[in-house]
Amino acid sequence: MDESIYLDEARDPLIIAEGWMKDGKDVAIATVVETWGSAPRPAGSHLVIDAEGNFHGSVSGGCVEGAVVTEAIDVIGSGKARMLEFGVADETAWQVGLSCGGRIKVYVERLG
Amino acid sequence: MDPYVLKTLNEHRRARRAAVLVTDLGDGRDRIVREGDHVAGVLGEAIASAFRTGNSGSVEAEGRTFFLNAHLPRPRLVVIGAVHISQALAPMARIAGYPVEIIDPRTAFATPERFPDVALHAEWPEDVLEREPLDSYTALAAVTHDPKIDDFALKAALDARCFYIGALGSRKTHAKRVERLLALGVSADQIARIHAPIGLDIGAASPAEIAVAVLAQTIHAFRSRGLESKGAVA
Repeated sequence: MDESIYLDEARDPLIIAEGWMKDGKDVAIATVVETWGSAPRPAGSHLVIDAEGNFHGSVSGGCVEGAVVTEAIDVIGSGKARMLEFGVADETAWQVGLSCGGRIKVYVERLG
Repeated sequence: MDPYVLKTLNEHRRARRAAVLVTDLGDGRDRIVREGDHVAGVLGEAIASAFRTGNSGSVEAEGRTFFLNAHLPRPRLVVIGAVHISQALAPMARIAGYPVEIIDPRTAFATPERFPDVALHAEWPEDVLEREPLDSYTALAAVTHDPKIDDFALKAALDARCFYIGALGSRKTHAKRVERLLALGVSADQIARIHAPIGLDIGAASPAEIAVAVLAQTIHAFRSRGLESKGAVA
């Protein structure tokens, strides 16, 4: 159990994103904005991504992070935010999915 | 996200100040709302709920969809007094999500053997609270019965606007405490924020039962923050 009442600066995605920004990197921030069913991470959870595909944080506990990183790199390039939706893995609908049966919506935006 | 917004948000989070980040999912514009800022209408109600519950979510308002990301500091409980009640309270509160720190300058009481796995300070509250100040996301329970130890901490908790302040002692003991605090320049309104006798009235008899009553009162105070003025909580 994490007992600290202070931010874990080394692992906090928004602190890391700020640090990357100060280092002059291009950064995207992905945020879980809606969940249905047994989603692994609650609304408000973040994944932060740089243009090289480095990332910190989590939006799904590992199920869809790869796809979010790919989309985020596009968002960094275009500057245009995207809304992604992931549900149960389904060949006809999605390449990746949540094996837990939940569904999530992830908002991906560029920092700046 | 606006870089300045991110920087400001992180400053609040580092300083243990609550903030809700409001993002318009249509155009991506975002802004920070602080606790106590007035926002009108449906959006304002949703923001107030986000502050109270700590839950993030989307809301439709003014024909737009907003995402509200609630950033609440982690609440904690500071207990003045390494007594039997504290021995029961520390593990219970930790399980409920309120990390505990115990302060008691009496080294016979404040021993790691009596308090394994608890942040324990065998020092005067004056010294500990100077290093680690109280804030509005901290609850304080003073349970030593000893004015020399409790009174300073109670005054500090009132000054810091701790979300919960409780003090152990009978009504008679508390009446004497009120006189001392008034003499220290604390106002009667402020003193009225102290819960004394401490804990919800569940007829608690043993130290462990009193700990349950204190924890329940702490949780109630935390989840009803900001509601008192609206008369929603008795």
